[in-house]
This record gives sequence, C-alpha cells and structure tokens, in this order.
Amino acid sequence: MQPLPKWADLVLVPLISLALAFFVAALVILAIGESPWFALKTMVQGSLMTASGWGHTLYYTTSFIFTGLAVSVAFHAGLFNIGGEGQAQLGGLGVALACLYIPWPHWSLALLGATIAAAAFGAAWVAIPAWLQAKRGSHIVITTIMFNYIAASVLMFMLVDVLRPIGQQDPSSARFPAEVLIPRLNQIPGLDLLFPRTVPANITLFLALTAAVLVWLLLWHSRTGYHIRAFGKSPGAARYAGISATRITMIALLISGALAGMMSVNNVLGDAQRLLGNSAAGAGFIGIAVALMGRNHPVGVILAAFLFGFIFQGGSELGFMTAIPIEMRVVIQGLVILFTGALDMMVRMGLERVFPRAANPAKPTTAGAA
Amino acid sequence: MTTDVTGRKAGGPGGINPPASFAHAAAPTPAAPTPAAPVPAAIELRGISKSFGPVRANEDISFFVPKGTIHGIIGENGAGKSTLMSILYGFYRADQGEIVIHGRPAALPDSQAAIRAGIGMVFQHFKLVQNFTVLENIILGAEDGPRLARSLARARKTLADLSREYELEVDPDALVEDLSVGHQQRVEILKALYRDADILILDEPTGVLTPAEADHLFRILRGLRDQGKTILLITHKLREIMEVTDNVSVMRRGRLIDTVATAKTSPAALAELMVGRKVLLNVGKSPATPGETVLSVENLSLSDEQKVERLRSVSLTLRRGEILGIAGVAGNGQSELLSILGGMTRPGEKVSGHVTMGGQPLPITGKAANGKARREAGIAHVPEDRHHHGLILDFTAWENVALGYDDDPRYGRGMLLDNGALREDAARKMQTWDVRPPIHTLAAKNFSGGNQQKIVLAREIEQDPTVLLIGQPTRGVDIGAIEFIHKQIVALRDQGKAILLVSVELDEIMSLSDRIAVMFDGRIMDILDPAQTDEAAIGSLMAGIHPAEGRPAGETPPATSGEA
Amino acid sequence: MDYASILQLLDSTIRLSTPLLLACLAGLWSERAGIFDIGLEGKMLAAAMASATVASLTAAAPGWSLFGIELTWAKSLLSPVIWGLIAGILASVIFALIHGVASITFRGNQLISGFALNFIAAGLTVLVAQRVFGQGGRTPQLAGDARFPPLTLPLSDEIREIPGIGPLWYEVISGHAILVYVAFAIVPLTWWLMYRTRYGLRLRAVGENPAAVDTAGISVIRLRYSALIITGILCGIAGAYMSTALQAGFGRDMTAGRGYIALAALIFAKWRPVAALWSCLLFGFFQALALRPDIVTAVVQFRVPGPILDSLPYILTVLVLAGFIGKATPPRAGGEPYTKER
Repeated sequence: MQPLPKWADLVLVPLISLALAFFVAALVILAIGESPWFALKTMVQGSLMTASGWGHTLYYTTSFIFTGLAVSVAFHAGLFNIGGEGQAQLGGLGVALACLYIPWPHWSLALLGATIAAAAFGAAWVAIPAWLQAKRGSHIVITTIMFNYIAASVLMFMLVDVLRPIGQQDPSSARFPAEVLIPRLNQIPGLDLLFPRTVPANITLFLALTAAVLVWLLLWHSRTGYHIRAFGKSPGAARYAGISATRITMIALLISGALAGMMSVNNVLGDAQRLLGNSAAGAGFIGIAVALMGRNHPVGVILAAFLFGFIFQGGSELGFMTAIPIEMRVVIQGLVILFTGALDMMVRMGLERVFPRAANPAKPTTAGAA
Repeated sequence: MTTDVTGRKAGGPGGINPPASFAHAAAPTPAAPTPAAPVPAAIELRGISKSFGPVRANEDISFFVPKGTIHGIIGENGAGKSTLMSILYGFYRADQGEIVIHGRPAALPDSQAAIRAGIGMVFQHFKLVQNFTVLENIILGAEDGPRLARSLARARKTLADLSREYELEVDPDALVEDLSVGHQQRVEILKALYRDADILILDEPTGVLTPAEADHLFRILRGLRDQGKTILLITHKLREIMEVTDNVSVMRRGRLIDTVATAKTSPAALAELMVGRKVLLNVGKSPATPGETVLSVENLSLSDEQKVERLRSVSLTLRRGEILGIAGVAGNGQSELLSILGGMTRPGEKVSGHVTMGGQPLPITGKAANGKARREAGIAHVPEDRHHHGLILDFTAWENVALGYDDDPRYGRGMLLDNGALREDAARKMQTWDVRPPIHTLAAKNFSGGNQQKIVLAREIEQDPTVLLIGQPTRGVDIGAIEFIHKQIVALRDQGKAILLVSVELDEIMSLSDRIAVMFDGRIMDILDPAQTDEAAIGSLMAGIHPAEGRPAGETPPATSGEA
Repeated sequence: MDYASILQLLDSTIRLSTPLLLACLAGLWSERAGIFDIGLEGKMLAAAMASATVASLTAAAPGWSLFGIELTWAKSLLSPVIWGLIAGILASVIFALIHGVASITFRGNQLISGFALNFIAAGLTVLVAQRVFGQGGRTPQLAGDARFPPLTLPLSDEIREIPGIGPLWYEVISGHAILVYVAFAIVPLTWWLMYRTRYGLRLRAVGENPAAVDTAGISVIRLRYSALIITGILCGIAGAYMSTALQAGFGRDMTAGRGYIALAALIFAKWRPVAALWSCLLFGFFQALALRPDIVTAVVQFRVPGPILDSLPYILTVLVLAGFIGKATPPRAGGEPYTKER
C-alpha cells in the first residue's frame, strides 16, 4: 500500500477526523432538536468574542497543554498513560500541601514550590504503575485506570478527614494564604488592558508554554529523548542499542506523571485557590484527545489544547445560553477521541484512494527534522 | 514452458497408487483427466497473475502437477512463491488466470473453498492455537456439529488411524505449546489430512527443523505420495528439491522460469535458473594471517525464560585478522551466542560462563552487560534481524546512524544531541557505502533490504571496532549487494579485525570463513579448517552427528522417534 | 455483628454484584475473542438510560404510536419494563457495534475506541434524557410495571422460620429481581458455550491466534463481531438492571465506574467464567461493606474511612496485575487487530 505523503498524514488526517467528529456532533444537536449553527455561534461568541471568554478558554487551554504533553511523552515511549486524571488530582494535593503548610514569602517562590510539589506528586502517583510495567509487565493502561479510582479515594479521604477545616461542610481544603496567590492574566501589567475583569487564566499559561518547549527539546534534541523515541518505536532495537527498557519506561512515565500533576498549578493555585473535590475535572482524560489530535508533537498539542479549551468554554456557554446541556462537550470530546484515535485508519484509507497511487514513491521529506 | 512435463510420465508414483487403502479418505477420486495430459492432473495453473499495487508478484504462471507426485517450487526470497501458494489456498484472488483442480476449473475465493477442493496447507509459521490441545487444534474449523464432544471423539479415532498410517505420532491430548517444532509441524499436516486434503502444500517446511527432523518429514511426504496424495513443496533449498521431489518448477521475480523433472536436472542448473546467472560461490580472498587472540569465550551457557537451555557450555577464541564462521541450522544456539556477546540478553535469561576481551573480563550478566558497554569495549554488532534490532524502521536514516552510539560525545554535548553533526555523518557514510538513494532524511523502511543492511554495516564498521559480530549478513539482500558485502567483510579482516560470522547459509560460511565452528543443540560440535573439510562433513555435524562416531550427539530432540 | 446484619450484607452483596457480573461476563466474551473492551462502562450507561426512558414512556403513555401507526397492542403484549430491557440491549449493542467498526473493520486502537465510547455515552445519555424529560438529565422515578418487581422464590414463607437456613433463603436468596437470577444463570451458560461448543472453541481460538481460525476457513471478522454483540447484550442487561431494578430510574453517570470494576474483576478472574462469578461477588461485597461503615467499624474495632473500602477492588486488581496474587495471562491476540499476512 502506497503511504500517504507526510504532510497529508500529519495535517490532513487529523483535520478530516476533526471535521467528521464535528459533523456527527452537529447531527446529535439536530437530533435533540436544536440548531447546530446556532450552537456553533454561541460557542464562538462565548469563548472567543469577549475578554472573559478568552480568559476562560486560555485557562482551559493551560490545563490541557499540560495533560496533552503528559500523554504525548508517554506515547513516544510506546506507553499509553490513561492515568493523567489521577496524577493531576495528586498534583493538586501536592499544590495544596505546599501552599498550606509552607510559609512562602512571595508568590513567585510559591509558584516554584507548588510546581515542584505538583510535579513530584504526579510523578509519584505514576511511579507504581510505571514500576509494575517496567519490572513485571503489568499493562500500564489497566493499572493507571485503577490508580485513577484509587486517587479519587485518596483525595476524598484527604479532603474529608484531613484537610477540611473544622466546622466546614463541603469536602475541600482551607483557602490558601494571600501571599501565595499567583497573578491572573488581568493582574499582569500590560495584559490587564486586554482583560479588564477577573479571569481564571493565570500566569501558569506561560509555564505551560515553557513546558511545551522543554518537551520539544527533550524529545528531539536530547539523548534521553532519542532513547524514549527509539524504545517507543522498537523495543528490540533499543535493547540492541543498549538502551535500558526499565530506565526509559520509568523516565518517560515519571515525566508524563509530573506534567499531568503540573496542570494542578493552573486550577488549584491559579484559580480555585484551595483544593476541591474532583479538582482535575476531566482534564486528565482530555489530555488523551489533545495528544491524539496534536499528533504527539508539542506544537500540535498546543493547538489541540486551544481547540479543546474552545470546546470546553464554548460548551459551558451552550449550557448557559441554550437548551443544549453542558454534557455536549463531553460528547464532542468523545467523538474527537474516537475519530482521531480509533477511526484514523478509516480516514487514511479514504485518503489513500484520493491520492494518486503513482505519486513519487520515495520523495525526500522533512521527516523527524522537527 | 510447461510442456516438457505434461507430456512425460512422472517418475514418482510408479505402480503403487492405492487410494482405496486409506479408510478415512472420503474425497472423490477424479475420474476425468484433462484431455491434454495422459497423467491425471491434481493441479493445473493457467496464466495466473497477481499484482499488489505497482508490484507484480506473479506474472503469467502456468504449470501442471500430476496426481501422486511431489512437486517442488524453488526460487529466491521474493520470487513470488508464497503469493502463488496464497492464491492456491484462497487467501488472495488472482487478477488473471485459471486454477484447475482434478480437471475441474476451481474458483478459490476463500480458504474454505480451497479446503473443500481438497487442498491442505502447512504454513511456514504454524497456524496453531498454543494453549489448545492437539485434538482441539485439529478439529478447529472442521467440527462435526455445534457440540464439541462428538467431534473430539471422532477426531481421536481418526487421528490414531492417520498417525499409524503415516508415521505421524503425536499425543492428541498434549498442549501445542509443550510440543517441539517438529511435532507442531506434524499437527499441521494432520490438520490437513483430517480435512481429507489430497493436495498438500508445504511452505518452507524445513526452515525450523533439524536435519534429522527434516529427514523424517521427507519420509512422511514420500509415504503420503505413495498413498496417492499430491504434494507441493515450496523451498529455496536445493538439497530438499533434489532429495524428495519428482518435478520442480523454478520461479524468479514473479515469473515461472521452467518446470523440469528432478531426475534430469542438477543443483547447479537449478541454481542458475533461480538467480538468472552463474552464481559466484567463491569470494576471492587471500589466506588469513591471524594475530593475537582478542576475544575468548569459556563455558558460556544460557537458559531462556522457560528455563530451556539454549546454549550449553560453549568455548571458543577469536583472533585478529580472521573470520570465524558459525555454521548451524537456525535455532541451535547461534543467536544466543551473538546475543550474549552483543549485550542483548533479556532480563529473564540466565547466563553463565566467562568472556574476556583483550585479557579483560567482559561482564555477561547484570546491568553492565548491555549494547552500549559492548560498543565502548570495541565490539560492534550487525544483528541477525535488522528489522527488529538493527534498525528502527520508522526512524530516518540519519537517526539510525546514531542507534547504539547515541551517547557518543561526537554526536552532541552533555544531555543534548547535535542533530546537525549526525546528519552530516550519516550523509558521509551513505556516500562511502553507496547507499541508494543517498537521502539521509528518508525513513529506514523505505530502503531496500540490501541498502538497509549497508546502513547497518556502515554504522557498525565505521566505528572502527576491534571485534565485529555479524549475523546473517546477506539475508534478504539482493545478489549485487551480497558480493559487495562479502568483499567488505574480507577487507575488514585484512585490516586486522576479528570477525565472528553467523549464517545459516552454508555456502556463505564456507566461502568467507577462515575457521568454521559448527553448532548443534546449543553446543559447538567441532571447529574445522574449511580447506580440510566439505559440506557433507559440516552437514552431518549440523545434524548432531560426529562423522567418526556416526551417531547423534546428546539427548537429541524427538526427531528420531520414527526411526526405531 | 448479628446474624441479621450479615444477612443484610449478603443481600446487598448479591444486588450489587449483579451488574458487575453481567458486565464482567460481557467483557469476558469480547476479550476472549481478542477485542479489548474498556467501554463496558459506556455501554451500561447507555443501556441504563435507554431502559429507564423507554420503560417510563411506555408506562406513562395511555396509548402508543410510532410515525402515526397505532401500537397500543404492543404495549399490552409486554410490560413496559420488558420494552425497557429491549431498548437497553439495543442501545448497548449499537455501542458494541461502533466499537466493532473501529477495532475490527478499521483495525483502530481498541483501548482508545472503548475509552472514547465511554465519553460519548456519558454525554449522550444526559443529552437524550434531558431532551425527553427535561429534568436535568434524569428520568422520572419509575414505579409499578416500569420496574422489575422482586421475585419471591418458592418455599420462602414456608421455611422462613427454620433457624439459619430459613432467613438465609428468605433474605438473601429470594426476593431479587428476575435479572439477578438471569445473571447468575448466565455463568454456567457462558462456561458451557465457551468450553463445550464449536462456537466457543472457535471464539477462544480467535482470541489466541486469529490466523489459525482464518486458515481454517472461518471468518475472523464475523466471529469477533458476534462476540461483541454478546458483549452488547450482556452490558444491556446490566444497564437495564441498574436503572429498572437496582434503582428506580436513570441519573447522570449512575454506573459510577462499575464498568471498570467489572474489568478489574475480569482480570482478577483471569478471564474465566466461574472465577468471574467469585470475583464479582467479592467486589460486590466490598461495595456492600462501603455502604455499611458501621458494620466494618464494629468488626475491626476502629473507623475505616469509606474511600478506602471503595478503592479495595482496584488495589486488589493492581496486586493481581503485578503478579503478586497469581499470574494473569490475557488472551494472546488481545488488543491486536487482525491483518492477513502476505
């Protein structure tokens, strides 16, 4: 079978998959008796046409960049980390503990401390599944699913029995002290002109973008990244080359867990300013869609995270402004994962018919030059 | 092209042709022979063509197999043999042409149709369910009804008859995963016979067998032929063709070159037909001038994850400026030897023994026994399986040039890789080694087998190693590249490198090696001087028989069970 | 702890094990055929919604018509809860078939497909329920013939007074919805089909080595689709049980991870039907315990936080996966799409 040109595989396949997902979503909206066009208009209006909309969209984007990168790094090592949700929740616990129990003199140090704590807790939560995968061959997908549920229990226990202030009803921690609170975008000089009112998006956005650059450097310009990709593409060749499978499995998954955990800096410290139940709110799972859509490349991940930020903010706008329930965004998310992650072959087979078979068999490409 | 067989009476069956003698066979014997042929044809192909995209796998293939004969189909890898067999077994539909089975044109849209037409297939890679019993494997797809009990009972009885009749003993209640390879193959043959196949196709059946097991297989095949079965034997080994077939068809590049009676041809003539020109079996090389010993191996043993001993107390030495060839049937410990020396053992494998290099002990267990440490010690390794080990097919050529040398200071600083330096290095190596196309940004999977092998060789040899381990250097490599690669190996020897060469191609071992170690069942049977030995002597050592003693060595696999 | 508490605990163990068992057997069928299915959760959810919706609508409507065709006779033919069950099974089978298209026909990633379908189900169920009933994604409370009534087994009243066995029979064994007994009967049925019939032999073979089945002239694709349909039916029953027997109506995300616990139970049972029964009873027992923290406290003499009990099935499964409690070997061809080799 003649392979598709690289650019078609990289750009066309995800775009067509996305179009199909949106097409089916439109059918769903039609089926429940609403207008897809009006829904789309509402989504765009609510997420991209106002400062507040942008503030929310970028807030979600920040979280999704982290979880998307988390899934991507593991994917490059041939590992499917489905446990971003649990790792993010544990990251949130790390942020809360760091902010509540350490007297930070300034928010910048608190941000640093919270980031390290979030990364450490996220990495720690994937460490057991990672070790079981590396040493005992326990399937990482199943163990990380199990650890998501265990994480939910741990968090519930911590919030109800440990962190909840005396006399408080709802299961959440105390508010963080004012010294640790990091600036929102409307509090940053310069950006405050764009965002006149309080928005959830905060300085963590830049942390996320930095993380994307670092992941890019790691994967394509470092020896460790080479090892991760080599192991992911061919475990046999990695063994031949003397790359330790145990070491790379651990490294890739720990980085992945750390990235997932770091998303909690955005929502726990940056917005909620205390630890709430179910703090990750599904962002860990959306990371999977983001990574699939972004083809596991940091640039793709940033674009896809923005897309999902739009879907998320637009979706909640749908819930407010129309009769379409907010769950519509869960459906869209599921459809995007289905079409980009599981039905990609269908799209590719369709495209292979469109592209002329005779097209140059071995054309030089910019493969791997990323 | 087919006429020289169709008109001739096949030498095989002679007068013994008693189809009535087997109780289980319900298949109708064909009554009407094709008008063109005096001997009834079991299979006749007329103008079969098949393309995969731009690749023409089979082109206008026509031949004729008389009933009750063993018909060989020989050709190099990629000559189109397997495609042809897949068409016969209903896996693929031919683009053009006609298949005639027992005088009737047969449409074979799927395997079920092929089975109904009386065709049974023994694949190179067995199609058995590992955790099923022999009996369950045999009835799978040929059950008598929706409930299993009756099918199993009938199969048990039929199996007993078949086993007795054809020397095909196998325990019906054994799990397939517990059987030896030879026995698993018998299960495949029994599967076909249970389905009343009277045409049996075997695809490279001896690739995984020891010589003794192969001999037993040939006895079984002759027995089947004498009972009136027709057998198609696909192979690239001349010896088998000469030993067991009645007629042979030669394929080359998707075309059927000729069909001849085996008795009227010779191995040399067939070889020439296969490759299309006289084969150069001898590489021009001067006698070796070996220097000091660089690598010495003592009592090296390895047990795999299932605690099966794969390597048993192997000792050898390797000197500068010589090529030590390891001969043997695949799976007799050569791969394990390379794997230990190359630092590729798996965590579950247990290794013992001593290896020293230049007088220093070389770790063979633990974390220090890895590919990187080996390279640092001066051992380069061209692995047997370049698709799974030697290359990362999805990586570009330049990325592959770093494989194993990715921690080298030349390719970067500290934790970072210098991609520019790597690309330059790759471009230069591809130039020197005449890799085509010379595009280092192309993914490895887009190069031909020979060019892929050149990339691996370039990478390993240009690191200027002291010791070079080479496994199957020319497997899947086109003829032109074979000569090039052979010359490079000899040139390397002349530069004073110590070379350990593993190959299942005896010709390759004979023509390149300065000394030959023969392996069987994890042991080194003997180490010989190629000038003072011949293929026959090596062949019997490969079969585990010391010429002097004339009996099989050690507790040998169950291959001999039929000989008593 | 008194005998009555034990009986109560066992009674709710059986109630809570039933959906796990049905989903677990559902997973067994597809995974034994070589298709990983982490979409059990979504199928149950879809079925729960469809069942409750159809049961509720049928029960409430005075007459019945579809596209103007009078169908009231259909309503009198079967009770609303049975129509609900049928609708649940259909919904679940449709999800199973989508999984089939993605993972069999288009050879996509089975894990991702199942995962995506869980999301689609989670959102879609709320969307549909909201559209139909406008009650925030819930169905109305079901009552009367829109629910499966408890079944009183014979002899219940007669032997009730016999100490020991009488209350056990009356409290624990008797008095469940018919689907509970159906679920337990499906265990031996599954075993028999798997190990004693031609279909089972072929199905197990296709999960181990599809090439063996293909070369025997049997369609791998058809076998795998058939297994997925069985998976769909069983998940459909599980979902219908959730919303029309265990509870009285559908609420958003009402399956609450049971599909994943069932998956855990399947691994714990090492993909064997009878062992699946025991592991589902065990995990159901944990769920029952989590509902009665007072009993736990009484037994161990200190307060065990509820979340810890909740996570026990998951922790146990991890231990199994790690090989600390026996070794779980999944079907060899599991998760791998089958491609004919050249």
